[in-house]
Amino acid sequence: MANKPNLKIKDLHVAIDEKEILKGVNLEINGGEIHAIMGPNGTGKSTLASALMGHPRYEVSKGEALLDQADLLDMDVDERARAGLFLAMQYPSEVSGVTNSDFLRSAINAKRDEGNEISLMKFIREMDKKMELLEMDEKFATRYLNEGFSGGEKKRNEILQLMMLNPRIAILDEIDSGLDIDALKVVAAGVNAMRGDEFGALIITHYQRLLNYIKPDFVHVFMQGRIVKSGGPELAERLEAEGYDWVKEELGIEDETVGQQG
Amino acid sequence: MNMVNQTSMDDKRVTQYAQSRQEPKWLLEKRLDALSQIEELALPQLEKTNINNWNFTKFDAFKEEEAITALQELPSEFSAFVFDQETANVVVQKNASSVFQQFDPQIADKGVIFSDLHTALREHEELVKSYMMSSKMKRDEHKLAAIHQALFNGGVFLYVPKNVELTIPFQSLFYGQGKDAAILPYIMIVTEENARVEFIANFVADKSDEVAMHNGMIDVFVGSNANVRVSTMNNLNQTAVDVLYRRSYVGRDGQLEWITSELSDGRIISDNTTHLVEDGGTVNVKAVILGAGETRSNITTNIRHWGKHTNSDIHARSVMKDAATNILNSITKIEKDASKSDGQQTGKVLMLNPKARGDANPILLIDENDVTAGHAASVGRVDPLQMYYLMSRGVSKEQAEKLIIYGFLDAVISDIPSEALQKRIHEVIEGKFQS
Repeated sequence: MANKPNLKIKDLHVAIDEKEILKGVNLEINGGEIHAIMGPNGTGKSTLASALMGHPRYEVSKGEALLDQADLLDMDVDERARAGLFLAMQYPSEVSGVTNSDFLRSAINAKRDEGNEISLMKFIREMDKKMELLEMDEKFATRYLNEGFSGGEKKRNEILQLMMLNPRIAILDEIDSGLDIDALKVVAAGVNAMRGDEFGALIITHYQRLLNYIKPDFVHVFMQGRIVKSGGPELAERLEAEGYDWVKEELGIEDETVGQQG
Repeated sequence: MNMVNQTSMDDKRVTQYAQSRQEPKWLLEKRLDALSQIEELALPQLEKTNINNWNFTKFDAFKEEEAITALQELPSEFSAFVFDQETANVVVQKNASSVFQQFDPQIADKGVIFSDLHTALREHEELVKSYMMSSKMKRDEHKLAAIHQALFNGGVFLYVPKNVELTIPFQSLFYGQGKDAAILPYIMIVTEENARVEFIANFVADKSDEVAMHNGMIDVFVGSNANVRVSTMNNLNQTAVDVLYRRSYVGRDGQLEWITSELSDGRIISDNTTHLVEDGGTVNVKAVILGAGETRSNITTNIRHWGKHTNSDIHARSVMKDAATNILNSITKIEKDASKSDGQQTGKVLMLNPKARGDANPILLIDENDVTAGHAASVGRVDPLQMYYLMSRGVSKEQAEKLIIYGFLDAVISDIPSEALQKRIHEVIEGKFQS
């Protein structure tokens, strides 16, 4: 119990090229919880994901983000990862000449001390098991990192990394975009396999569809660069059925994007 | 050029060295003729690289060394370049002396000749002479060629007769050690019709920064339908000037493959010129270049298509770190009447640090209509989004950079057929990241 992860985001403001996108995000995620952030395009959802991971283009102008009480914002990108944060990216980079398996092994060993590296046999066993669950052909292990992967293959590969690296808190940034229903089920099964007290997740999505397969404990609506409404799984269902207009009406929001806010 | 070192560039010293090796008279005359021209000849014209202040002349070309009886006697930093040591067919030269050679007598029985150049000159003078005289490298081409012709201090002669196909590579190691030391090997590889052979040359120096010079020369003659692969690995120290001119002829339907690893730390001039003189010849060049510290390098691959249906492909990848600079030239010239020929080239430079510089110059010169050709060139810095992605999985900045560089060079290295050579290249690269 003492080892439950905790991510605490307090009044987070983030700018890109000096334009403020996030305008005071507050959120707390604990081990055992799955949170979903939903919202129309252009409301800043992905910015939250990138800023937490430390994307070079995003600048935090105000606020805090603590992972297990440690100041995330003070860490380099690799330190955040080693502290237990993971981001499944919407547009993962392609890296030529570096195989999937070599990269994953480097990443796993980066978290371990020298002399305590994962054995090759154990690594291969783990990777085989997880690739099977994700219905990935074994040749993906020796292919170059994301190079020439289709959109769906990249998403599966992100989930493979998630499962292999076993983070404390994972953010999934529109992992469902571009996936057909079968792929969606596979990806969801991967995430569900991670569930437990020592794992918390934040799922960012446009659509309720994914949430049919990964049941969230909390649902938040994102507009104008912050969370404007929170609730349980029933909120996602209502959004799917009725869209976002009723939320805007209820809160008196005319333009939900961050675009017009200047 | 007032810095001419009289200890080497002197009629008497040259004559003495040639006589100590029992060189034939015609060769000594060639040497002295070249020697007399050094002063007046100009340095080669190199694209975008100013070499006027590089040291090409101050060194001792004739440092004599003791022979050894086993490879194990070599310092491990040098012997590491020779693989499969028990069975290796290998020639080792230290400074101006051939110090070790090993050659499977069963291969010799097939008519293959493999020895240091002077031994070959003594035992097969006419054969060596005929190829020396038909070399494409002319001693009056420029000052560096004349210096080599006048002062070459060893080398290798490899001859593979008709229809002999060899699967085990022939190896050679040329190393310099000591103050003002210099290696000036003259390597000749000759294959007759339908022959097959692989040759590896390592040019290395003691890293103690005293070695001054490598001025090497490789002549390759690929016979009709012969198949030849030559790998060069240059790994000299920071104060050395590393010059290597390669000149190849490819006969009808012959195939030549070059694998060149330019990993020296000082000043580098590398020229690799292949003439596809007859129909159906092919040359593939794979080049790996890694510069660190203050390395300056000018790497030129030059292909001349003369015959019809000739094919060439150049794939060069260069990584520059620290304040290193690389000029990467690829020149493909398809002559008139070399119809149905194809020339391709790719040159890519990746720069790691703001002070690192690179320049890729792809040049296609085509005098015939009925040909195909293409080139791709790029110069860029490490992509910050790739770095972000790799680091987001927990690998450190240094490790992420290394992954990207290895990945970048892998496009060439993974194509190298010899695993031992791949491993050796990786080890030398690894060493550059530890210093």
